[in-house]
Amino acid sequence: MSETILEMRGITKTFPGVKALSDVNLNVREAEIHAIVGENGAGKSTLMKVLSGVYPSGSYEGEILYKGEEQHFKSISDSEHKGIVIIHQELALVPLLSIAENIFLGNEQAKGGVIDWDETRDGARKLLRMVGLSEDPNTLVTNIGVGKQQLVEIAKALSKEVKLLILDEPTASLSEKDSAALLDLLMEFRKQGITSILISHKLNEISKVADRITVIRDGRSIETLNKEDISEDRIITLMVGRSLDDRYPVREPHVGEVVFEVKNWNVFHPQHRDRQVIKNIDISIRKGEVVGIAGLMGSGRTEFAMSIFGRSYGQKITGDVFLHGKKIDTSSVEKAVAHGLAYATEDRKTFGLNLIDHIKHNTTIANLKGISNVGVIDDMTEMDVANEYRKKTNIRSSSVYQITGNLSGGNQQKVVLSKWLFANPDVLILDEPTRGIDVGAKYEIYTIINQLAAQGKAVLVISSEMPELLGITDRIYVMNEGRIVGEMPTGEASQEQIMRAIVRAEGKAS
Amino acid sequence: MTTETAQPGITATGQPVNVQQLTVLGALKANMRDYGLLLALILIMLFFQYFTNGVLFKPVNLTNIILQNSYIIVMALGMLLVIVAGHIDLSVGSVSGFIGALAAMLMVGWRFPPELAFLTNPFVAGAICLVVGAAIGAAQGYLIAYHKIPSFIVTLAGMLIFKGLSLAILAGKSVGPFPAEFQLLSAGFIPDVIGPTTLVAASEGVQPLVLHTTTAVLALSGVVVMVFMAIRGRARRQARGYETEPFSLFVVKNLVIAALVLFFSYMLASYRGLPNVLVVMALLIAVFVFITKRMTFGRRIYALGGNLKAAALSGIKTERLTFYVFAIMGALAALAGMIYAARLNSATPKAGQGLELDVIAAVFIGGASALGGVGAVAGAVIGAFILGVMNNGMSIMGINIDLQQMIKGVVLLAAVFFDLYNKNRA
Repeated sequence: MSETILEMRGITKTFPGVKALSDVNLNVREAEIHAIVGENGAGKSTLMKVLSGVYPSGSYEGEILYKGEEQHFKSISDSEHKGIVIIHQELALVPLLSIAENIFLGNEQAKGGVIDWDETRDGARKLLRMVGLSEDPNTLVTNIGVGKQQLVEIAKALSKEVKLLILDEPTASLSEKDSAALLDLLMEFRKQGITSILISHKLNEISKVADRITVIRDGRSIETLNKEDISEDRIITLMVGRSLDDRYPVREPHVGEVVFEVKNWNVFHPQHRDRQVIKNIDISIRKGEVVGIAGLMGSGRTEFAMSIFGRSYGQKITGDVFLHGKKIDTSSVEKAVAHGLAYATEDRKTFGLNLIDHIKHNTTIANLKGISNVGVIDDMTEMDVANEYRKKTNIRSSSVYQITGNLSGGNQQKVVLSKWLFANPDVLILDEPTRGIDVGAKYEIYTIINQLAAQGKAVLVISSEMPELLGITDRIYVMNEGRIVGEMPTGEASQEQIMRAIVRAEGKAS
Repeated sequence: MTTETAQPGITATGQPVNVQQLTVLGALKANMRDYGLLLALILIMLFFQYFTNGVLFKPVNLTNIILQNSYIIVMALGMLLVIVAGHIDLSVGSVSGFIGALAAMLMVGWRFPPELAFLTNPFVAGAICLVVGAAIGAAQGYLIAYHKIPSFIVTLAGMLIFKGLSLAILAGKSVGPFPAEFQLLSAGFIPDVIGPTTLVAASEGVQPLVLHTTTAVLALSGVVVMVFMAIRGRARRQARGYETEPFSLFVVKNLVIAALVLFFSYMLASYRGLPNVLVVMALLIAVFVFITKRMTFGRRIYALGGNLKAAALSGIKTERLTFYVFAIMGALAALAGMIYAARLNSATPKAGQGLELDVIAAVFIGGASALGGVGAVAGAVIGAFILGVMNNGMSIMGINIDLQQMIKGVVLLAAVFFDLYNKNRA
């Protein structure tokens, strides 16, 4: 058995009023992939911030032993100096700089402050090859996809001669293909003696690559499992502190007549006038039906949804939208909402919430008419509404006056849902409703979706997690490269079938 | 981190909600910012009261402070909306100067043919000035909102353009004096319709003390209405089971505010009563508090400044909203320009220059965020008074203008620093 490279002992970190970590122990061996799992808000990210020196030594209790020596990191540069590099969930790349510039940012290949561009480009090319990228180092980061950006981050870490690589939710926004490539890379690193700590929600990924797993719950380290003991059920049980018999609530569909229809929908790229992003899409949703859209990252699902919702994406949009058989005008978000459409975004921080404002104001912002009279807001009605939806969606917060930016991902998502539930739509489009949130909160959100359908609403769910679509929908459309390439009742669908529809379409396209 | 501190209760309507009584300390902490700012103003006033040997609180001087700062406060109201919306308006000083010039030219400068003579009427001219101001704001707002030109650039250009236009229409000269009706805007006081009340009659060795009764009555009724609203609001919240501040704090807070209002009203009443401009200002402040706290229009501005994209995807017409905000700013700059000109009783080519910086400083001292989405009308007004009292006090003390500027700069920096320090600690 290899040696311990990192040991964190009795780590306790307190924020005013909250104990984020209490007596957490973590033991990581050299050249292993060590996964850390836990619900959102369990304290995983806090622990990694303690390790990397974001929270400087002295602001927490406990000790950190790295390669047998006690460490007192005062800042990130201290820990990076020792070869500990953290890659955050939100990528820290500068979009308008080139790949090479990003890789050597803060660590420029320079002599006396003058950058050696040949050295920079050659170095970058070498590092890119190591992570399996063949991109030109001069390409601007903004012009490559999220998956490749993630790899650039890793290349950047490699440039610092990393010994211990920490990845916080690295695959959260990656397609299955990119995720698989990333995990392969981690396994390759393991062979080269680089240790990785992987924070992830995706249990299937973890069971595939991790040597050991530490489960964290409510700021405590619960247990460390060895590879042979790893099973999804066991991890989930440890994570939530109870066993989850079923990850999806039971669904009893009562499907009625067609409520919502989109016909012959075409959309072009907002910048490139000639690039058609959505090609001739027809879909329909029935009353009380939950319909899924499956597809790979970049297949145009979000673009499709946003173009319907007030033309929030794209240009030269053509096609018709029907609600209850009548053609409706959805050319602005306001009109779309007025006609009973709602779109809960995949990116709640950028598009969903006012993060500096509290739950109450965020809950009512899409339906101010519902709490006001000739433009004057009734405070008390607003309080009632905010409390009602906080309870309905089970938002965990001290009150409706909690700032949404301080909520965990799952609770933020519930605020976004509350906002759209209060707008009382007939058709609800949920774009990646459970991205980056924990198992417990996912279940709660599935339950809400079920309730919405039971109330007779038409629900469209866009998701990259196929088991989720199979678990909660009644019917699935498969999308690829801007087209619908398959449609199947969920009862007859399987992951293999969905993939087959995609691959078949790819074959036709090429 | 999520914590469940609330306990379930039942409301009058039968639905369970969270009953929570905040502790005195908790309530103080939660409102630290608001109380702190008011406290800072009071401390600054006491400081200057001491160092000016009691001149600051003389009725005539308090009246002066209000007259001197009225135009800053009027513009600070609009600037608050602009800054909360995530923008900036650098043109307000020049626009106010230009409108002052326009008012002067309409009323006394230009010679109109008889059929257009009505334009020289102060009320007609005033209305035209307001409309022109709103149109200027709207034009800038149009470029900012619909053509996505950064507000900093549009209004910087506006600043230069209207500085030049003032010079042009005044032909480089001062124009005045204004008709008496127009001067009343800044120099007038409300009439004492009830008649003066003599508290201390003039006699040998005793200064007479005569109160402006109408002012006193207005102030008293104002305080009564304010306290009544506060009690009613508290009762409504309690009836529904929502958290309220502790009773002791509620009483102290209202007593202090009532006492302050009554004290200043008494001061004003013992001089010449309420200045007209204070009435205009008070009404505007009330309207803007209402807009920002209670109206959907105000709420949308906060949402827009907090997260533009999320606001747009919530069905808010962000462009139109930005446009309106700048139009309002323009109208307020016009009003401020007229108040300024009426106070000087002439329009000068240099009028209004640099005012935008005082206005912006007032809003930031008042706690608005430069990133948008945060700020309060009360804060901006107090911020303006803090600057105003400092100007006044330092001038009475005879502190040189160079030192005054530096001190004001330090205060602005300190206020924002204190604000951020507080936020980070929380």
